Amino acid sequence: MSIQSFLLMRHELMLIIIALIVLIAEIFTPDHKKGIITPLAIILFSISLIVGFLPAIEGNLFGGMYNTSSLIVLMKNILNIGVFIILLQSNKWINLLDNRIKISEFYILLFITLTGMFYMISSGDFLMFYIGLETATIPIAALVAFDRYNNKSAEGGIKLILSSALSSGILLFGISLIFGTTGSIYFKDVVGMVSANDSMMILGFIFFISGISFKISLVPFHLWAADVYEGAPVSITSYLSVISKGAAVFIFMIVLYSVFNSISDIWKNLIYVIAIATITIGNLFALRQDNFKRYLAFSSIAQAGFILLGLISGTELGMASVVYYVLVYVFSNLAAFGVVSIISFQTGKENISDYNGLYKTNPKLSLALTLSLFSLAGIPPVAGFFGKFFLFTAAAEKGYYILVLIALLNTIISLYYYLMPIKAMFINKSDNPIQTFKTDITSKIALAICLVGMVLVGFSSTFFETILKYCFGI
Amino acid sequence: MIQGIPIQHFLIVSTLMFFIGVYGFLVRKNLITILMSIELILNAVCINFVVFNKYLFPESLQGYVFTIFVIAIAAAEAAVAIAIIINLYRRYNSINIENINTMKY
Repeated sequence: MSIQSFLLMRHELMLIIIALIVLIAEIFTPDHKKGIITPLAIILFSISLIVGFLPAIEGNLFGGMYNTSSLIVLMKNILNIGVFIILLQSNKWINLLDNRIKISEFYILLFITLTGMFYMISSGDFLMFYIGLETATIPIAALVAFDRYNNKSAEGGIKLILSSALSSGILLFGISLIFGTTGSIYFKDVVGMVSANDSMMILGFIFFISGISFKISLVPFHLWAADVYEGAPVSITSYLSVISKGAAVFIFMIVLYSVFNSISDIWKNLIYVIAIATITIGNLFALRQDNFKRYLAFSSIAQAGFILLGLISGTELGMASVVYYVLVYVFSNLAAFGVVSIISFQTGKENISDYNGLYKTNPKLSLALTLSLFSLAGIPPVAGFFGKFFLFTAAAEKGYYILVLIALLNTIISLYYYLMPIKAMFINKSDNPIQTFKTDITSKIALAICLVGMVLVGFSSTFFETILKYCFGI
Repeated sequence: MIQGIPIQHFLIVSTLMFFIGVYGFLVRKNLITILMSIELILNAVCINFVVFNKYLFPESLQGYVFTIFVIAIAAAEAAVAIAIIINLYRRYNSINIENINTMKY
């Protein structure tokens, strides 16, 4: 393997090497010293994060099965940042006595899933796409069932693996129909043969879309999300809702824009309906949740619906706004999950009603949570507002005024439930509030990165301009 | 190309298998049976790939290669699923999905 191809696939290769190093370290460390695997994994991953930011080069490998470009490298870097934050957040939880014996499993599975997502984003044909998708899904099911003695965790795991198996079966059926009409599984060969008159092609395309929609948890395929998010350990929930969803959004965008561009009339109608259903149902279900993880699950379904507004436009601005929104979403959602995971770790409480009077006892945490919820709701000072603003602009530019209007109305609904925890923290009184406690240092760093990211990405226009510069053709 | 059997017959079989799999997934109560339904779906896909390759594009190998990967990944999927089912059985003493309903709505 030459240095050129290493530079092309550096994200994936680094991750595989790290996973192998962690595996070897697991063999050679005695049981009572397993704690050193955590700093090892975090340091190695930060090296890989930095290597990822080296100047990108364009090209493809394996006869076109693997593509990379500046935009794809940028997407991978965004996901890398998210995973780094999650590693910092999960540090304390993974070193609990119960989890001590499976520390290295956690890191290996996490890195392997991330590798799968990277291959999925870079894929140049349906085979690589499918392998990446499955590599990204199967280990997550094992991670969701990580708490062996927790009923909910096992239940979440089985729900995830079964529904993802069904959805990937449907996706595969779609791919087989596409293969039947075009005779090729390479994206570049399929592009020329996609036509709206071929009904088998359209059928395969719809099966294919439903498979990806499952990963993003768009509305007809969202039923797994809430249960799995509630059952999984908090770090895994944040991984599922941010990284896994972000990767799926990226590949969805790439496939729609590069492979199925010639039937854009068909998928635009499809996405129009899905977007409205996703935003509305996600918001309405979020209204009645009390468990914080379930609440964030429905909020993330609604956020995915907003992302579709950028996809539907089919322009460069739309692409840039989708990537930008995912970046903002990584920071703001991970900040919210960071606070939830700190409180859940310290007190074991996960319900919104438990947060009553949190401002009296833990003012800093409640301010961080407030800021992140403001960002998710799209209230101006933080980045979430600009993310939504660009998405709406992209959709309005193409004349989807009714869609934008519905999305705006839904933003108002979402304000209500995003303000509920804030009301609980600042206004509600509680006889038995969460006690004052000291947060561990790594979670503090993670939270600080998220908050700085949230403010910086919103205020500094360089981020959006850089993304927009990369977004010409995929 | 198999003498005397047109491609439609294969496609009818594979489509039937696919929908029987989906039906089984939705109505069965036993987790192992649900896994079997998923295998049915994946095998339908495999038949589809092989038949398209054999009848329509005999000069290429892409469909066959895809089939091999589908089989391999299905095995990995089943392994993880069964591991989780064993864990579930220890927690709930049952593999009937009607008993596994701690979380709803």
